[in-house]
Amino acid sequence: MSKIPQSLRYSDTHEWVEDLGDGRYRVGITDHAQALLGDLVYAEVPEVGKALQSGTVCGVLESVKAAADLYAPITGKVLERNEALNDSPQLLNEDPYGTGWIMVVAAESAAFAELMDATAYDTIAEA
Amino acid sequence: MPYIPHDAEETAAMLAAVGVNSLDALFDEIPSSLQVHDMVLPEGLSEMALGRELEGRARANAPLLCFAGGGAYAHHIPAIVWEIAARGEFYSAYTPYQPEASQGTLQVLYEYQSFITRLTGLEVSNASLYDGASGLAEACLMALRIQGSEKSILVPENLLPGWRSVLDTVLGMQNILLQSVPYDPISGTLQIPGDASDAAALIVPQINAFGLLESVDMLTDWAHAQGLLTIAVVNPLALAMLKAPGDWGGKGADMAVGEGQPMGIPLTGGGPYFGFLACRKAHVRQLPGRLVAKTVDAKGRTGYCLTLQAREQHIRRGKATSNICTNQGLMVTAATIHMATLGSHGLQETASLCHTRARQLRELLAALPGVSFPYAGAFFHEWVVRLPLPATTVRDALLGHGLLAGIPLREWEMGEPGDLLVCTTELLEEADLLTYRDALKSLLEAQ
Amino acid sequence: MNPAVTETVNDSIFAHDHHMPVPKMPADIPEDLLRKTPLNLPNASELDVLRHYTRLSQKNFSIDTQFYPLGSCTMKYNPRIAHAMASLPGFARLHPDTPAPAMQGLLQVLWELQEWLAAATGMAAVSLTPAAGAQGELAGVAMIRAYHLARGDTGRNKMLIPTAAHGTNPASAQMAGFEVIEIPNLPDGDLDMAALDVHLGPDVAGIMLTNPSTLGVFERRIAEIAHHVHAAGGLLYYDGANLNAILGRVQPGQMGFDVMHLNLHKTFATPHGGGGPGAGAVAVQERLKPFLPLPTVLKEPHGALRWMGAEDLPQSIGHLSAHGGNIGVLLRAHAYLRRLGRSGVGRVSAYAALNANYLLKELQRLGYQAAFPERRASHEFILSVSDLHKATGIRALDVAKRLLDFGIHAPTIYFPQLVPECLLIEPTETESKATLDRFVAVMAQIRQEALEQPELLREAPHHLPVGRLDEALAARRLDVSAAPE
Repeated sequence: MSKIPQSLRYSDTHEWVEDLGDGRYRVGITDHAQALLGDLVYAEVPEVGKALQSGTVCGVLESVKAAADLYAPITGKVLERNEALNDSPQLLNEDPYGTGWIMVVAAESAAFAELMDATAYDTIAEA
Repeated sequence: MPYIPHDAEETAAMLAAVGVNSLDALFDEIPSSLQVHDMVLPEGLSEMALGRELEGRARANAPLLCFAGGGAYAHHIPAIVWEIAARGEFYSAYTPYQPEASQGTLQVLYEYQSFITRLTGLEVSNASLYDGASGLAEACLMALRIQGSEKSILVPENLLPGWRSVLDTVLGMQNILLQSVPYDPISGTLQIPGDASDAAALIVPQINAFGLLESVDMLTDWAHAQGLLTIAVVNPLALAMLKAPGDWGGKGADMAVGEGQPMGIPLTGGGPYFGFLACRKAHVRQLPGRLVAKTVDAKGRTGYCLTLQAREQHIRRGKATSNICTNQGLMVTAATIHMATLGSHGLQETASLCHTRARQLRELLAALPGVSFPYAGAFFHEWVVRLPLPATTVRDALLGHGLLAGIPLREWEMGEPGDLLVCTTELLEEADLLTYRDALKSLLEAQ
Repeated sequence: MNPAVTETVNDSIFAHDHHMPVPKMPADIPEDLLRKTPLNLPNASELDVLRHYTRLSQKNFSIDTQFYPLGSCTMKYNPRIAHAMASLPGFARLHPDTPAPAMQGLLQVLWELQEWLAAATGMAAVSLTPAAGAQGELAGVAMIRAYHLARGDTGRNKMLIPTAAHGTNPASAQMAGFEVIEIPNLPDGDLDMAALDVHLGPDVAGIMLTNPSTLGVFERRIAEIAHHVHAAGGLLYYDGANLNAILGRVQPGQMGFDVMHLNLHKTFATPHGGGGPGAGAVAVQERLKPFLPLPTVLKEPHGALRWMGAEDLPQSIGHLSAHGGNIGVLLRAHAYLRRLGRSGVGRVSAYAALNANYLLKELQRLGYQAAFPERRASHEFILSVSDLHKATGIRALDVAKRLLDFGIHAPTIYFPQLVPECLLIEPTETESKATLDRFVAVMAQIRQEALEQPELLREAPHHLPVGRLDEALAARRLDVSAAPE
C-alpha cells in the first residue's frame, strides 16, 4: 500500500504537486511511482527558467531496470530544482515527498485545482 | 546427422510425451500451403569432406606480403591470444545479462574499458561497437544528442572514404547534414574550416587517410573556440607513440573513436573487427553500446555487471540511444589479451618498428627513377608514393611477385593515378623491403 | 565449474605490472604530436597473462559447459570445425583491399552463402554485409524507405511494430527515420488484425514482424496480414530471430515477406563470444534488390567472382561498415550450412520444435503455467510464474538465479514484456533428451523450493563466484575503468 498524503494533489502520470503559496508549487514523484521504478540511479531534471507544458515530457528518471519519462504535471516555469538529486538520486526512493522533491514551479492556482486529489489518485494508483 | 543427438527411440518417446505421432505433426498450426519441400540446397558434407573443400578455397587466396593499410593492418598476433580467446568458456558464452554466471567476460570487458581509457586519455570507454566506421557514426549521433539534433557534423575530406561512406548511409537515414572540411592539396592535411556556426562537432583523424599526422592541438582548440565538440579518430597502436586525444589542445578532445583491429584481430578479409569509443565522464549517459561497472555483492565480494542499461534498446526501445544489441565480445576478449600480452612496452616497440620500416622503405623507393612523394609532412607507418605508372597497374603486376603493394588512391577517387598508399608493419623484415624495391624497380625498368 | 576458481582472489591484470624501459621516440615526428601522458598499460609476464585470463574464463557459463535455454537467442552448439575453417591462414591473413583475382577462394565461399541463404528463405537476393541483427534490421527498414522514395511516395513515414516485438525493432525503425506505431496482440497470441486495419493507410511504410512471434507461437493469419499490408501499399519486414523454428520447412518469402534479416549467430551456430560478433545478413524479394547494402558478391558470366560496388547498384542504401562485413562470422555460417545440407536444415526445425514441445509438456505436468497452453510451442515457449509470485512472492528473476546453482543458465526473463513474471525457454535442437530431462528434474525441485523454502530462491545463486550484485551501486558509482595506482 503506497503512501498518498492528503494535503497534496496528483497527476495521472504519478507526480505530486504541493501548494507552497504565492503561486509557487513543489513537484515530485509519488511513492507508487518510485516503487515501480526501483532503485533510482539518475534524475534528469529541467533547468531553472525552463517553461513547462502540462502533460509533456520534461525529464527522465533512470533506474537500474527502467528509464521513465518525467512529465510536467502542471503548466508553469521552473524556479528551483533539487540539486541534491545529482549525487543522491536514491532520495527519490527513500523520501519521495520530502527530501526527494524534484522542482519548484511558478504556476496558476486554477491549474493546481484541476489536479486530482488524494482519494482520486488512490483509485488509479491501486488499479 | 550432424549436431542433433536424438536416436529413434528417444524421438519416439518424446513424441509420445507430447501426444503426437510424427515430427510433422508438431507443425500442424502452420498452413500446409506454407510448408515447402523443395529448396535448392546441396546435400551436406561430412566434416572430413568439408575440411578438404574449404582448405582448397583457402589455398586459392594467394599468400601475399602485405604492404596495404587503409584502416586494416597486418600485425603479429602472439599465439597466446587466440589460444585463450577461443576457449569454449569465452567463445560460446552469451551476453553477460546474468552477471553471476559471466564474471569472466565482465571482468575482461572492465579491463578492456580500462585499457582504452588509458590509451585515449579519456575517462570512460564503452565495451565496443561493431567497427571503427560505424563507431564514428555512433559518436556523431552522440555529439548531436549533446549539442542539439538540428546541427551538422564537420567531416574532413581526408577521412578514410570507407568511413565517410558509412557516415553517409547511417547519418543520412536521419537526414543529418555532413559538411565537408577540405584539406590543403600541398600538405595533405586539414585546413581550418571556414564556417562552423551550425555544427555540433569536428571530426579529426589522426592519422588521416594518407597516413599523415594532423595538427591536432590547433584543430581541437579551434573547434572548442567555436563551441564544437572534437571527435578524435585514432589508431590504437599509433596511440602508443602519439599524443592521446585527452591531451589534444587546451581541453582535450571530447570523444575518441577508432578501429580496434590492430589489437590482436586477424584481417580475415575485412571482419569481424571492433570499434572503440571513449568520452568524458560528463557525457557517459549519452554513450551508446554496453558499459561494464565494478560493484559488490551482498557479502562484499567484488563483482562486475552491465550498467546504465536503461539507455539501451531492450528497455528504452524506440527512445534508446542506439539500436545496438551487441558488442564485439569475442574480438574485444582477444584485443584485451593482446594488449595485456604486449603491455605498454610491447606496444611502443611494435609502433616504433612499424614506423622504422616505413622510413626505411620510403628511403629505398626514393632512390628509384620517376618516383616521388606528394606529401612531405610527418606520417605514421603509412605514406603515399607517386609512381610514373598507374598505381593499379603496379599493384596488379606486383601480385605476381607475391606482394600486395598498397592501395591505389584512385580506387578511393582521391589523388593522382600514380598515387599508391603504402603501409609497413613489424611483420616485414628488411629483406622484405628489398624484395618490394627490387620488384618495383624491375617493373619500372621494363617500361 | 572448477571449484578452485571460486576460491581465488579476484585479481586484476593491473596487479601484474613489471617495470620496463620506455623505448625512444622517433625523431621525425614533431614533439607536440608525440605521446605526453605516459602509456600506463601493465607489462605482465606471458605466464601471468595466460593464468589470469584462463582463470577468468573458468568463471563463465558457456554453451560448451552448460545448458542455455535462452529464449530468442538460439544457443545451439557452435561447431568447432567452423572455427577451424574460419581460422585457416588462407582466410585469416587476407587484407580486405586484396584485389578480387587474388581472393577468389573467399569470394566463392561468400557467393555460395548468399545463394544458400536465399534458397533457405525463399528470397531473390542476399547481402551478407550487416554486422549484427540490429544492423540488419536497420538495413531492412532503410531499404523499405528507399523503395517508397524511389517510387515518389514520400508520405510513408510510419512503421507498424507489434507491442511484443524485440526492442531493437522500434530502435532500428527510429534510427532509420520512422515514427513507430505499436500494434497489440490478442490473448491467443496472434496479432490484432482489427488494430492493424485501423492503422494501415497511405502514411504507413510497412510492418516489422517475426514468425513465430516473440510470444513463441506461429502467427496463423500471416497470409492475411501480408495481403492487408500489401493492399495498403506497405511492405513486410521479417525479423529472422526465430528462424530456427521453421528452418528448412517454411520460407519467409512464401509467407509474403518482402525483406528480412537473419541472425547468423543464432540460427547458423556462429559463436556468441560473450556478446558478439554477430552477423545480420539481409534477404530481399526482387523489387528491393536495387537497394541492397553494399558490397555483395557477384559471379560474372565466365565464372569469376568480384565485389559489387556503387556502379553496379546505384540505388543501394550504401555501406554499413568500412569493409565487406563480418567475414569471419560468414565463414563459420557457411561451414555450418555446408555440413547440414538440405536434409540437415529441415531436421534443425523439426528437432528444435520437438525439444521445445517436449519441455513444455513436461513442465506443465509439474504445474508450471504456460502463457499459451492451447498453442503448439514453436522452437520456444513462455511460462509464467505469476502463480508462484502470488503464493510466496517468488519472481521469475528468483527462479532464474536458482537455476544457476544447478549449473544451468537461466532462460530469458521479462521478455516479452506483455507476460508477467515470464520465462522464455528455447532448448534448441542440439540438446539431448537426457539434458532436457535433467532440466525438468531441476525445475521440479525449484518449484518445490519456491513453495516451501522460497528464501533459497530469493538469495540465489549460492554457489557461484559472486552472489547477486548491487546494480544500483554500480550505476551510481560508475566505476567503469580501473584507476591508475
